Amino acid sequence: MEERGSAPLGRLIEPLVSLRGVAKRFGERRAVDGVDLDVPAGACFGLLGPNGAGKTTTLRMVYGVTRPTAGRVHVFGLDVAREPRQVRSRLGVTLQENALIESLSPEDNLRVFGRFHLLRGAELERRVGELVDFLDLRSHAKVPVRHLSGGFQRRLAIALSLMNRPELLILDEPTTGLDPAIRQAVWARVRELRATGTTVLLTTHYMDEAERLCDDVAIFANGRIESQGAPRTLIARHLAAEALELDCGAIDEEKLFGEGGGSIRRMRAGNRLIVYASDVAPLLERVHRFDESGGCRAVVRPTNLEDVFLLLTGTRIGEADA
Amino acid sequence: MSVSLPHALAVWRRNASMYARTWKLNILPNFFEPVFYLMSIGIGVGAYIDRIGGVSYVEFLAPGLICVAAMNGASFEVTYNIFVRMSYEKAYDAMLTTPLQPEDVLVGELLWATTRACIYGGAFFLVVAAYGLAPLPHSLLALAVVPLAGLLFAVIGAAFTLRVATIDLFSFYFTLFLTPLFLFSDVFFPIGERLQGGWLWVAEVLPLLHPVRMARACFAGTFSPILLLDLAYILLLSAGLYAWSRGAIVRRLTS
Repeated sequence: MEERGSAPLGRLIEPLVSLRGVAKRFGERRAVDGVDLDVPAGACFGLLGPNGAGKTTTLRMVYGVTRPTAGRVHVFGLDVAREPRQVRSRLGVTLQENALIESLSPEDNLRVFGRFHLLRGAELERRVGELVDFLDLRSHAKVPVRHLSGGFQRRLAIALSLMNRPELLILDEPTTGLDPAIRQAVWARVRELRATGTTVLLTTHYMDEAERLCDDVAIFANGRIESQGAPRTLIARHLAAEALELDCGAIDEEKLFGEGGGSIRRMRAGNRLIVYASDVAPLLERVHRFDESGGCRAVVRPTNLEDVFLLLTGTRIGEADA
Repeated sequence: MSVSLPHALAVWRRNASMYARTWKLNILPNFFEPVFYLMSIGIGVGAYIDRIGGVSYVEFLAPGLICVAAMNGASFEVTYNIFVRMSYEKAYDAMLTTPLQPEDVLVGELLWATTRACIYGGAFFLVVAAYGLAPLPHSLLALAVVPLAGLLFAVIGAAFTLRVATIDLFSFYFTLFLTPLFLFSDVFFPIGERLQGGWLWVAEVLPLLHPVRMARACFAGTFSPILLLDLAYILLLSAGLYAWSRGAIVRRLTS
């Protein structure tokens, strides 16, 4: 057993979460359609994708509340369908929507949740105190939850999912709707948990969150994984390193990049055009010559995960805005 | 998945924690309600009734109203409260991220609803006893009927709640199901005596009639073999609806 921890064999250790050929149909709709996924122990893994792409359904299959129509889900090496109690006793889940008891204080909410894990007496009180401190809930620990701010409630929801010291923490859109300071605080806690060996599986709509927190991400579209890997690797795999953004109509686009520029990857969002190249300097030159007044507001930036996301999920911003 | 009693008790404890914060406010109506009924119907209407079943009308009413209190206590819990926890508060979704299984949630909720029934029924009994309407010690046996009535109406209500899609349907449950039971289940008059021979079975179908008959026997101190049938009715219907509800809650909470 000791050998398992050593470096050369480390890669051979079973992944903490493993999905093989997993599919889920709801009637005619294929919510998840043939997903293979491995989350290594100790990693932070992000599921990205537009609403309805199958991220939450995938998470629900990981903790065993949704049963796959096909395929197998193993967590901690256990078959989730057969041993849901054992699996769930070792993981924690922060749901998209906080499910808190509004009439009770944060401390009492933690106590209630601790009892679901069969904690009691001094052990329960100790854990409640630890989590109140860990998520900075002390100032309002005895105030009914309904009087607390959104950021406070979110931190409490995360605290609830840590009650059993989970080996795997599942976070479904952990920072949606939170202000920047609270987001930073949540990220800091996630990093601290990872430092103590917790594996994290999260979904997010924020590409900066994914780039900051995740070792690996999988981009979902229509119930399938379009691509997965480290954020840097995904960017390099799908797009050139630099992006040139400018305001530019379809006719000007044709004039600027149409002839001889056919191989240049372009994406359009309304009137805003994004052009990708390993070196955009010559393109920028061309734009400046064409547009002497500077009306197209050209910007050069490194290509990021959001570009890859838009490319792979076929999301057209113009449509979303309409 | 088999039920884990410790996990079910954690659900019971959750509800108890919430109730404990407001019990002083909650329990007061439980004392007033029976007083109003006993005064209005028992003493007011009773003034025009000589004797019924060998006792005064107010004495006749007391055991039946204890069962009604138990029925109401359980029913609110398993209808509106379960529906809100399930559909609006997402409390069960949160529970199912822990080792709890849907079956544990159901058993915890049924135990809690039965507990509420005991609080309501027990409070009613205290008032009735304070009025001197509960012949001691044999009327104390009626306290054993209260959890039976509570359990019965907990599973009936839960089975209904797990079936309905919107909260609006509960008004039907209360006005078209519980209210007729309240009015026709031997609480105010012996319904069997008002039915023609061929229709006697109608009364026997009514769920509330059985705990009422048991409670009344406890107050009278006269026990007959038919009470065993009442007990069997309560236990068998509860068991059958529980089995159905187990499947229903698994379908409702998991996919």
